[in-house]
Amino acid sequence: MFVPQHTKVLIIGSGPAGYTAAIYAGRAQLEPILLAGERPGGQLMYTTDVENFPGFPNGKSGQELMTDMLAQAERFGTQVKYEYATAVDFSVRPFKVWNTVPGNHIADAIFHGGGASNELGDGDITQLREEIIKGEPAYTADTVILAVGATSIMLNVPGETEFLGRGVSTCAVCDAAFYKDKETFVVGGGDSAMEDSLALTKFAKHVTIVHRREAFKASKIMQERVLNHPKISVLWNSQITEVLGNGSVKSIKITSTEGEKEVPADGVFIAIGHKPMTDFVKGQLELDGHGYIVTRASHSKAGVELASKNITNDLLAFPTTTSIAGVFAAGDGVDVRYKQAITAAGMGCQAALDAERYLESR
Amino acid sequence: MPDEKVTPIHLTTADFHETIKNAGSKPVVVDFWAAWCGPCKMIGPIVEDLANEFRDATWTKVDIEDGSNRDIAMEFGIMSIPTMLVFKNGEIVDRLIGFNPKPKLVEMVSRHVDTTTN
Repeated sequence: MFVPQHTKVLIIGSGPAGYTAAIYAGRAQLEPILLAGERPGGQLMYTTDVENFPGFPNGKSGQELMTDMLAQAERFGTQVKYEYATAVDFSVRPFKVWNTVPGNHIADAIFHGGGASNELGDGDITQLREEIIKGEPAYTADTVILAVGATSIMLNVPGETEFLGRGVSTCAVCDAAFYKDKETFVVGGGDSAMEDSLALTKFAKHVTIVHRREAFKASKIMQERVLNHPKISVLWNSQITEVLGNGSVKSIKITSTEGEKEVPADGVFIAIGHKPMTDFVKGQLELDGHGYIVTRASHSKAGVELASKNITNDLLAFPTTTSIAGVFAAGDGVDVRYKQAITAAGMGCQAALDAERYLESR
Repeated sequence: MPDEKVTPIHLTTADFHETIKNAGSKPVVVDFWAAWCGPCKMIGPIVEDLANEFRDATWTKVDIEDGSNRDIAMEFGIMSIPTMLVFKNGEIVDRLIGFNPKPKLVEMVSRHVDTTTN
């Protein structure tokens, strides 16, 4: 008979939060299992240089940083599995976690590629869960650390999906070289949009940033580099409303306060932000209105409310706890405000320490 | 005794077209990649595994960091990496854009290799 693998600590996610939690839980000799998914390393795998992670005065490539974090996690005894958690049951102890996908569904498409609600409707994911939990769970765990992270948001405009990989891209760093002397557009106003624009200037004829607001929210240093770059211009208060082409992208429609215009374009790079990958835990614990996991340390009303119910001896007990005791969360799946590699790593550390103390207190 | 390990062949403009042509009806899988591309690095080890699991196909890689290799990519309309192409008799028979997990790559290559001889 199939027996689920039991662990004291199951970590779900392989970004800075997950790997840091694994390093700490490993060093606490809790022998954690980490489910890394099929795209280990998370968002930093899509960047070039990480310049704001302390300890690397000359910057460090995002891929190297993540590969090193993984090696560090494994060094202290973390067992890494390259599979997705597809369903959880947090109503029983130990917690149950499944890794199977029914029928001919591809786990990556549902649980990463745009998130479940993109691939399947909300009702369908509930139905999918019902099917998954008919089988035996792959794991049972005394504590779970959700370090699930976030995935890119798309524009959801006509032509976007049709031309994905043929002029529409979500990884400027990967694809910039194909746009030598081309007319390119970057959508977004955060650090990723700035980095994408700068990466493109090495090849493209011109880069136009299309931003729906009248100011960027990117760090000042990145804004300065972009705004002073001779190859980059900005369209403020503007949105791309359609991508047009024939085989590949040929033009885009831009809507602003001045109305709609069609302009020639060879490349459109999307960097408008991310959404938490929490579809598979929906209904199992408290999420906020945008799908973020609520913990006692969440910087939101729901977080403060959860915290106020869990003060003991004037201290907040196990701050990274979700609405379910024994289930902790860290990183961009929780973070409504900062969303940095270092804040994710910090939260991962907190979650592992909380899990360790929680296990000792039982 | 296990068979000797196979590694994908790195192709350049010098040998790309010849390799595709000479393979005839044996499928040639081409993995377009670059060192600066994170998702390409995630797909790399999968391609190495598959090269050993599907020996009835020729597994190759084209590094587009080499500027002249970018011409090969352009010729086949590639504007994003990772992209995998499958050639048979010199013609493209399949294309997979972006990162895809192992089952998806298996599904793609299975369509083109004659599994009965495996």
